[in-house]
Amino acid sequence: MNFLEYLNSNIVFLDGGMGTLLQSRGLKAGEYPERWNITHSDIIIDIHKSYYDAGSNVVCTNTFGANILKFDEIELEDIVKNAIANARKAAETSLSNKQKFVALDIGPSGKLLKPLGDLDFEDAVDVFAKTVKLGVKYGADLVIIETMNDSYETKAALLAAKENSSLPVIVSNAYGEDGKLMTGATPSAMVALIEGMGADALGANCSLGPEQLRNVAVELINNASVPVILKPNAGLPRIEDGKTVFDITPEEFADEVCTLVKMGVRVVGGCCGTTPEYIKLLEEKIKDLSPIPIIDKNKTVVSSYTHTVEFGKQPILIGERINPTGKKRFKQALLENDMDYILTEGVNQQEKGVHILDVNVGLPDINEVEMLKNAVCELQTVTNLPLQIDTANPLAMESAIRRYNGKAMINSVNGKKESMEAVFPLVKKYGGLVVALTLDEDGIPETAEGRVAVAEKILETAEVYGISKKDIIFDTLAMTVSADNNAAFATLKSLNYIKNNIGCHTSLGVSNVSFGLPYRDAINGVFFSLCLENGLSAAIMNPYSADMMKTYYAFRALKGLDENCADYIANSETFATTVNTPIAQTQKTPEEYGSELQKAIAKGLKDKAADLTKALLETIEPLDIVNNEVIPALNKVGIGFENKTVYLPQLLMSAEAAKSSFEVIKAYMSNGEKTANKGIVVIATVHGDIHDIGKNIVKMLLENYGFNVVDLGKDVPPETVLGKVVETKAPLAVLSALMTTTVPAMEETIKLLKNDAPWCKVVVGGAVLTQDYADKINADKYAKDAMEAVRYAEEVMKF
Amino acid sequence: MSIVLTKSFKEPPFCKKEILRYAGCKTIDSNIEELLNSCIKEAEKRFTYKVCYTQLDLNISDDVCDFGLFSVKSEGLAANLRNCKKAILCGATVGVEIDRFISKYSRISPSKAIMFQAIGTERIEKLCDAFCDDFEKENGVFLKPRFSPGYSDLSLTTQKELFRILDCPKNIGVSLSDNMLMSPSKAVTFFCGITDSTDKVVLNKCSHCSKHDCQFRGKI
Repeated sequence: MNFLEYLNSNIVFLDGGMGTLLQSRGLKAGEYPERWNITHSDIIIDIHKSYYDAGSNVVCTNTFGANILKFDEIELEDIVKNAIANARKAAETSLSNKQKFVALDIGPSGKLLKPLGDLDFEDAVDVFAKTVKLGVKYGADLVIIETMNDSYETKAALLAAKENSSLPVIVSNAYGEDGKLMTGATPSAMVALIEGMGADALGANCSLGPEQLRNVAVELINNASVPVILKPNAGLPRIEDGKTVFDITPEEFADEVCTLVKMGVRVVGGCCGTTPEYIKLLEEKIKDLSPIPIIDKNKTVVSSYTHTVEFGKQPILIGERINPTGKKRFKQALLENDMDYILTEGVNQQEKGVHILDVNVGLPDINEVEMLKNAVCELQTVTNLPLQIDTANPLAMESAIRRYNGKAMINSVNGKKESMEAVFPLVKKYGGLVVALTLDEDGIPETAEGRVAVAEKILETAEVYGISKKDIIFDTLAMTVSADNNAAFATLKSLNYIKNNIGCHTSLGVSNVSFGLPYRDAINGVFFSLCLENGLSAAIMNPYSADMMKTYYAFRALKGLDENCADYIANSETFATTVNTPIAQTQKTPEEYGSELQKAIAKGLKDKAADLTKALLETIEPLDIVNNEVIPALNKVGIGFENKTVYLPQLLMSAEAAKSSFEVIKAYMSNGEKTANKGIVVIATVHGDIHDIGKNIVKMLLENYGFNVVDLGKDVPPETVLGKVVETKAPLAVLSALMTTTVPAMEETIKLLKNDAPWCKVVVGGAVLTQDYADKINADKYAKDAMEAVRYAEEVMKF
Repeated sequence: MSIVLTKSFKEPPFCKKEILRYAGCKTIDSNIEELLNSCIKEAEKRFTYKVCYTQLDLNISDDVCDFGLFSVKSEGLAANLRNCKKAILCGATVGVEIDRFISKYSRISPSKAIMFQAIGTERIEKLCDAFCDDFEKENGVFLKPRFSPGYSDLSLTTQKELFRILDCPKNIGVSLSDNMLMSPSKAVTFFCGITDSTDKVVLNKCSHCSKHDCQFRGKI
């Protein structure tokens, strides 16, 4: 019987702790336990055998940290080969008559993945892939990925296992006392991610004792449609007489785990502090229990790296604003690779209350594959909302879903054969909830019946790919009512049928209905409420529309979905259509500020600066506002900073207020002309350095002063900086470094620039930099703060 | 045998004065206060406070500190640990959330990013203080000032030894890059000498430090 067959009808017993046993047999702190597979194979075999003897079905190889980051290729192969042989030998010599399996154990890489750490996602996949391939080569029966405390690394490891083996894979995470992973994911978010990618079981291990893991286990059981693993510690360690002891006895451990098995846990074992004695008692207590059947929870969910969004309980709002269609300013941002603009759009929509963000960055003149991937990765650094990856390009879709940290919403597939053949394999491989448009080779059916027929065809095909009905959400296509008076009927009728008769969730780009009509929000708001009444699960909508938000909150209040109407009341102030506050031009401005706008900038009042700029644009030329209002205000604050009467946070608040004023001006200039361009500056945090706050501050100030800043980001190789300087003929490069250890990379970058781009001046800055350092590495200028960098840029560009 | 223990702490109270000091604000106006308050409100209950540590015997000869499992050559460290027979090695972090705040706001509101940067520094210091206070009380000993790789002449590469002994990735979720950068960024590792007398404890944290041009010097 293979592992999956066994798992299907039995409670599976894993082994217990390895590290604590090795320590008691002489392993020193800081010594790699994996090397003991070779140097102390007798001890390793003995420990494995004692677990099989105690009743374990599965023994995990002593390869927790066996990866290419810790060992070279030859030693790694030797370790994995011996580790599997040791476990196999133990299985052969154990007298237990239970089914025995050897699991290739994979623990965390020891590095944190980007953007939080410095390990790239694809590099992490490669690291795990090497170990997985060796596990396959030397005959492991299954792969266990365990003690992962980061959802992204879990995804990398699971992807590596799936891409490099056909072995069963089970995945277990380490949850903290707050019931979440170190990087923030809840158990249900991990279920969405791991189950979506096709793991055979999932669960929790390490960190805590069984009682403290109870809530985690219950949440896993309530959400997972695959078997749940529980492999807790023997409580918390403490030192007694120079030895580590754990505070939970084998009896207490067995009792608590047994309770959770009765609630549905299917795969049990122990982690730190547990010994064969714990497993023996556990096995005796549980062996006569019948396994609780695994049932499909049939939940339609997407997830981010922190939480899930479930469809069906409440209407779901999907923010539509990250999309260039019909938005000149957004198109300009895409063409200029102005990621900050896109990120701000994401954060603003989150503040308006949407649950998911749609991400569409398709534009004819840009590389959508790269742009979509980058946008998804960068958005996940500023928002924890799940994302809907919106593209018609399957390559862009795959690159974005692969990198996405969570279970993504995918927009979209349709009834065309070509579309389903391209999209369904991606959904199957990476997991995801896919939006299915009810159209096919014959176009969009005019009738509801026609759209339902397409939906049924899509479901049948999805089933062939092994994609469950719960992972498909139908968009019955809102057509414009001004072109066809009956357009709304077909949409509403088909979504009602799909929801109530087929049992699938629905999503709709609501605002399409009002194309070509005046005051579109009025139509959109009413159509939205009709859709909700007909069972719409999610709307792709504009959260800045007061009509849409009113409808959403009012519908929830009327349908008993908003207890005490609390959300309705809390948000009611925002329902009024925004009216520009009249600007009190007559108000006297203290002389020191020059004008109200200059005062708002000096005081760092973002919203006020934007409103005042809007008002001024009615009578004053944009460039006059920049030159006579914004720049003088910034200069005053800048001089204050240089004279130490203004501090950094105040300088930045003013810079942000100036930026919001610039944004208004940019949006106003409809032909997309640049507001001002004093010259190109290339900016980067050097290779090996992942801190970029200082660089971002300098960037913002340079932009405020009218420079065209090309931001290369952080951890930038010298060749990339050179390449961009040569490509743009930039007269100035700004380099930032935080640590002494990354200054050599700065030196290398300067050397390259001096050789191959001698026209380019280099200004350096960062926590450890000093004038001495700057001189030593041949920089043209050391700037002690952001203002000094701006002044130098002005000097270089001769302004 | 050396045993590495881990410990979690409750959120220490936020000290606004300290945060403003780290943010470089010597005076405060209502806008800054509003900014600070909104950042603290956002930060509350969002961090995890974790420490891992081990206690080692210590022998010092000249500028070499021998901890049994490894030894370190550093005049500064040797002077700091002078007369101690034991020392603790410790890793501490307030987790990844602070980096998310800093990274988010450095893209959309750098003034908030600076404030979160300051909050993170204040948080990790408060965590280390809480750990040291607890350790002193629980063990009836006194601790010398904390000493980290990068201080004085103690090489940053000592981080590798500390990480090897403490297994920070597994115990507190902190990893070390090839350039000795720790992730999450609000993490510290340090040595701390154990003594049984307050006489040997330097009460002014700055007076033992060799960074004489530090803008914060003498104000703790």
